[in-house]
Amino acid sequence: MEDIPALEKKFEEKIASGIVIEPKDWMPERYRKQLIRMMSQHAHSEVVGMLPEGNWVTRAPSLRRKVGLLAKVQDEAGHGLYIYSATETLGADRAKLVDDLHTGKAKYSSIFNYPTLTWADIGAIGWLVDGAAIVNQTALAKCSYGPYARAMIRICKEESFHNKQGYEILASLMKGPPEQQKMAQDSINRWWWPCLMMFGPSDGASPNSEELMRWKVKRYTNDELRQRFIDRTIPQAEHIGLTMPDPDLKYNETTRHYEFGEINWEEFNQVIKGNGPCNYERVHARKDADEKGLWVREAAEAYAKKKLTMNS
Amino acid sequence: METTQWNLWEVFTQESPGDPHVHAGSVRAPDAEIALQNARDVYARRGEAVNLWVVPTEYITASTPEDQGAFFDPGNDKAYRHPNFYKTPDGVKL
Ligand SMILES: [Fe+2]
Ligand SMILES: [Fe+2]
Repeated sequence: MEDIPALEKKFEEKIASGIVIEPKDWMPERYRKQLIRMMSQHAHSEVVGMLPEGNWVTRAPSLRRKVGLLAKVQDEAGHGLYIYSATETLGADRAKLVDDLHTGKAKYSSIFNYPTLTWADIGAIGWLVDGAAIVNQTALAKCSYGPYARAMIRICKEESFHNKQGYEILASLMKGPPEQQKMAQDSINRWWWPCLMMFGPSDGASPNSEELMRWKVKRYTNDELRQRFIDRTIPQAEHIGLTMPDPDLKYNETTRHYEFGEINWEEFNQVIKGNGPCNYERVHARKDADEKGLWVREAAEAYAKKKLTMNS
Repeated sequence: METTQWNLWEVFTQESPGDPHVHAGSVRAPDAEIALQNARDVYARRGEAVNLWVVPTEYITASTPEDQGAFFDPGNDKAYRHPNFYKTPDGVKL
């Protein structure tokens, strides 16, 4: 019989002294469950995140933009796969995880339920959405679960290209004619607040935060990460002449942080619940791709079997 | 539930010639050939590897964390396997 309290105590001690947890190490069921939930949600976000950007691949304004966007979207597929792979080390089954996304049992980042209406939105996503992801993932690269932390290190190396290609798109639109400048500003007006929501509810309203912080899965609170993102992003916006749609935004000389207005958490809750502009479309597109790809998976499997019998 | 899920393969990448192969993660694939191609697409999009190994996950046997102490003990208590165990006369540099 396992002595659970003793194992738990040893586990907490390991966490406290900064020892990284590996797949075969003993861990509380709840730690495993929370990680599977969080990591699969993250993997789904990478995969669903390809859809809004994929929408513009065929309409990119130049070959330079097209190859950049294509490579970026391919990276996001890779990110999804790194994290699914890391989630499987916890005993989760990949097919089941994907199934949970399709049935709506599993969530993904609320940001991807917004539509990409203009080319400038591709700039806004690369710069802001990936910018927010960088802040989040840099923190997760120090998380207590080894395979997740290692996947994050791999991902962080690739994100800076995503961030820069987005910023370059907006910077050149801002140097263009007034119509292009207007298009760029309009995209920021629509994406800024949803990006701030990406970090999740405020510390007081975030039910999982405390436990995840204690286990060093999360190293900073949602509010801390949100502030970090705002502080690094505003100077970049000012540099190319973009303004955030927040009249309360101002730099506080004493705290050396930007102060910002109230986030509309009701909108966030609605999007999470499935009432965002594109929730149905996104999950439907994933299911569709899964069904349409079934024959490819079956054919490859049949071919592999055939080769095996021919060789024996 | 889906009918088809390909097998799991562990991926090891060699960063440059002469380096050891290091575990990178896993991919799903129906056979070794596709496992290699998937591993290239997932773990070597930017010259992260000059060589790849893929191994069916089920063929990997790992030591368990519980026997960490006892299992590695034969290596841990033999001071005479280390240079510090041996004395050198003063004035000589070895
Ligand atoms: Fe990503
Ligand atoms: Fe990205």
